[in-house]
Amino acid sequence: MLAQQLVNGLLLGATYALFALGFTLTFGVLRVINLTYGFYFTAGAFIAWYLTRGGTGLALALPAAAIGSGIIAVILDALLLTRLRRARADELASLMVTLGAVLALYAAMTALLGPDIRRLPQSVLGSGALVLGPVRVTQAQLLILGAVTVLAGGLVWLVRFSRLGLGIRAVAENPDAAGLMGIDAARIAVLVSFLSGALAGAGGVLIGLAFNAIQPYMGEQMMLRGFVVVILGGLGDIFGAMLAGLLLGVVEVLTAAYLASGFKEAVAFALLVLVLWTRPAGLFGRPPPRRA
Amino acid sequence: MRRRALMASLAALAAAPGRVARAQEAPIPIGLVAVLSGPNAAYGTAIRAGVELALGQVNAGAARLRLIVEDSGGSKDGAINAARKLIGRDRVAAIIGPTLSNEMFAMGPVTNARGIPTIGTSTTAGGITDIGPFIFRTALPEADVIPVTMKKAASRGVKRVALMYANDDAFSKSGFEVMRTAAAGTGFTILTVESFGSRDTDFSAQLTKIKGLAPDAVGISALVEPVAGVLLQARQLGFGRETLFIGGNGSNSPKLGQIAGTAADGLIVGSPWFIGKQDPLNLAFVAAFRARFGRNPDQFAAQAYDTLGILAAAIARAGNADPARIRNALLKTDRVGVMGPFRFTERRDPASTEGVVVLEMQGGAFRIAG
Repeated sequence: MLAQQLVNGLLLGATYALFALGFTLTFGVLRVINLTYGFYFTAGAFIAWYLTRGGTGLALALPAAAIGSGIIAVILDALLLTRLRRARADELASLMVTLGAVLALYAAMTALLGPDIRRLPQSVLGSGALVLGPVRVTQAQLLILGAVTVLAGGLVWLVRFSRLGLGIRAVAENPDAAGLMGIDAARIAVLVSFLSGALAGAGGVLIGLAFNAIQPYMGEQMMLRGFVVVILGGLGDIFGAMLAGLLLGVVEVLTAAYLASGFKEAVAFALLVLVLWTRPAGLFGRPPPRRA
Repeated sequence: MRRRALMASLAALAAAPGRVARAQEAPIPIGLVAVLSGPNAAYGTAIRAGVELALGQVNAGAARLRLIVEDSGGSKDGAINAARKLIGRDRVAAIIGPTLSNEMFAMGPVTNARGIPTIGTSTTAGGITDIGPFIFRTALPEADVIPVTMKKAASRGVKRVALMYANDDAFSKSGFEVMRTAAAGTGFTILTVESFGSRDTDFSAQLTKIKGLAPDAVGISALVEPVAGVLLQARQLGFGRETLFIGGNGSNSPKLGQIAGTAADGLIVGSPWFIGKQDPLNLAFVAAFRARFGRNPDQFAAQAYDTLGILAAAIARAGNADPARIRNALLKTDRVGVMGPFRFTERRDPASTEGVVVLEMQGGAFRIAG
């Protein structure tokens, strides 16, 4: 049973990590706490839901949902945050603006589409499961695990080793200096918004697949966990977010399994407080500011 | 028979000198307080439809009762205001509603103090009729329904059960207490109790633990969305037909099949009513409802339909619009409706669980459990 519980925890943690990737990217580069991030997650799931109902396969619906929510992210970022960036407003201003916007978006979506839970058609993914001794893993879970690995790897490669990544890191370090060096900071901001929106959208589809619970507020429910993961990992730290996501998942599952299920959340959030107490810069303790 | 008695007494009641034509008799005003807007509007809309259908049948030929409908919006204030309006402005003789137990706990004391008989058709929480002597309910509380479900489980050889419930929702939690008492009362061994949050999507830790204990059945008390989530994930983790899933009142919704699909197959749940009951009264009700509203009735419409019939008969027996006489007449109710035989207990709760049917999910829809 312990083996299955560890697998459960890793899979849950992978969903947290998947959600947190784009969130930590926007923070690291753009220095905004963008709460509309949760909405991109919902949007991705809904785009895939509409497409797959119309008969589109997952191989097409997943990238389409990622691109669609990426575009939504660029538009919302331009509408909500351009002015703030120009005025060099602090992080609290972006937090408040995006908080208001995201609540309006969820409520409008609920009013338009209803609060009902939707499921992706069962035909989009086989119901088969991989059985290894005492452990069962479903196809949707394997897909999430694969996607997290590929997306996180790709993101790290992009930021650390590509020319574009150099630009992104330069903007993260100091937008003005980057601009003087001939890097178009506005273009980088658009690109980072698109990337984080697309990551959120893909996450929404995959998590919608694994848990069969697509509804307007699904992003909001992940947001709190996403926050914990991003802070535990060190704001803006992609690797940190991955590890923190997995850790949170395993801790939650093991608490429910061996302590009491009612304490699942209490332990997870106590962990956050404890970490911030002892390591204010996050679990992995590197200096916090301006990293991508 | 009953209809004729009603007509006769109402005619006698209104037969004042100088009034000849029946159409001029003033119908007795009664009120309905229901949630007709907001997230719980579906319940109130179903209740209003059931009441209106029954009213049409009671008033066939001549208007005997006049219904005034007020929307509570699902809030305690809304329910209290609605009741005050109905009593002060419309001088109603009795009120059907409100829809939610929470609303009844706020509105009941008001109508009870004014001595207006108030009948909840969907208020299943414990303690509703303790509000006062004028508060009635026709909704079977969970404490009556779940033991019937447990008995069905026992008849299928269940001995060891695990229980799960949503620990952040009053309805789910009180349903769980009932479930635990009923399981113990039926002689089951409770292996473990696991909780989760109503908005959780991951139940793998709890389910893996339960699977390790290999129970005969898993009882779940939660609203329909998390129940669907639990079932979907249970199938992913390899729970098969050897484990019986037992639902509480929250699982008694067609939405379960819509969300969980065949993952919900085999779940059993007790219900005060079922659309597929084959007795003539029920068949006639379902046909009339479909003809008038163009959709299928649900449990809430059926309970409301019966309740108006019960109230109309009591008003007829009371002989006039005096609320105190109507209250006493209600207590003497002995009637067969679409939910089965109906009487009130001394405490103004439904007396009989004879009408409870145990349903089983099959192919994503409910049918009567074998």
